[in-house]
Amino acid sequence: MKSHVWRPLFVALLVIALVLVARKLLVPADFGIGARGYMYGWHRAGNEQQWKEVTVKYKTAQHCMQCHRDKYDEMKESPHRNINCENCHGPALNHPDDPHTLTIDRSRELCARCHTRLPYPGSNRGVMKGIDPKTHNVGLDCVTCHWPHDPRKEGHKR
Amino acid sequence: MITRRSFCKKSLLIAGGLAVPLAALELFDPRKLLAEKDEKGPRWVFLVDTRKCVGCGFCVKGCKVENEVPYDANVTRTWVERYVVTKDGKTHIDSPKGARDGFPEKGIDIGHGKLEEIRDDDIEKAFFVPKLCNQCDNPPCVQVCPVGATYQTADGVVLIDRKWCIGCGYCIMGCPYGVRFFHPVYHVAEKCNFCYHRITKGMQTACVDSCAFGARRVGNLRDPEDPVTKVIMTERVNVLKEEYGTKPQVFYLGLSKEVK
Repeated sequence: MKSHVWRPLFVALLVIALVLVARKLLVPADFGIGARGYMYGWHRAGNEQQWKEVTVKYKTAQHCMQCHRDKYDEMKESPHRNINCENCHGPALNHPDDPHTLTIDRSRELCARCHTRLPYPGSNRGVMKGIDPKTHNVGLDCVTCHWPHDPRKEGHKR
Repeated sequence: MITRRSFCKKSLLIAGGLAVPLAALELFDPRKLLAEKDEKGPRWVFLVDTRKCVGCGFCVKGCKVENEVPYDANVTRTWVERYVVTKDGKTHIDSPKGARDGFPEKGIDIGHGKLEEIRDDDIEKAFFVPKLCNQCDNPPCVQVCPVGATYQTADGVVLIDRKWCIGCGYCIMGCPYGVRFFHPVYHVAEKCNFCYHRITKGMQTACVDSCAFGARRVGNLRDPEDPVTKVIMTERVNVLKEEYGTKPQVFYLGLSKEVK
């Protein structure tokens, strides 16, 4: 047969070969259909591991307890028992190595998150003990009078 | 000439043939069967109790720090909405900064730094609703991704491959719950992933750990002994926007019709 008939076929084969080579070079080996099939599963399998390796910053009260047992026990007896240490003390990260000391949030705004009075029927917020931060001892830190680990005790005057 | 006997035989055969469903002719896919048999791993789900939430916003703060979402950018993986229904039938909804700092103002944030004050006597009911990614069983955000950068894992969590995402934004438009946004640093799509690095280590999510009221819980739906699974199976739970057919896996207790 004449070569002008074959030539387009060679061009088409060359294009296909180029696409296949490019695909091999550009697409990672672990890219494919995952557990959820064609519709929801296409992905790079290695990415799952990357997400698992994100650093844990909040180590929970169980972590704090290992060294600060006294504080932990005091908290567990108090009406504030369900509040995680790190909510006010900040994320533990690699404390005590890094950071050596944690930054404690003693601001009025922190306490006001829960204790600003909002009269909401149908929500537990409505039955929480609350004050109006605009009139209640303005300018003073809450911890002056209220001990945050156990609000039934008096605060630390400084 | 067709005889009565052959006519009856052939009609019965045709009627019987029509009755065979197409599914009966489908060949077994061994991989699919194996996958169904092997579903022993967890299926992560979430339970939100809106009656317990007080709108303190510690969950939002914890999430932003834990997941390295820029703290002052007005984007967040989880947020808390406030619903105030007044006696005239109006519903006032706000979520200042996603409730990162809780709800420091009594007035409703109506944008442009303006507050709408509502008299205590006018309130019929008011409550808080935490929102986060629903990790849908039929995630529309995954269907629309043109490059396979967002996907669902075997345990049901929808993840985003930051290296693979081209930032086209289809998924952000595709999510009916509005949980996706552009990450201001990485310039790719971003969303809640149930703190995948924590739940896969046996920990709770950062928002669950920071909630002092038990309003948020994470559980494994494939474990019948899981306390969260027991609540979902036996109590009156609801999901958001069921009519979209996304099969959301964040279940709500005490949901009200005002919540969209």
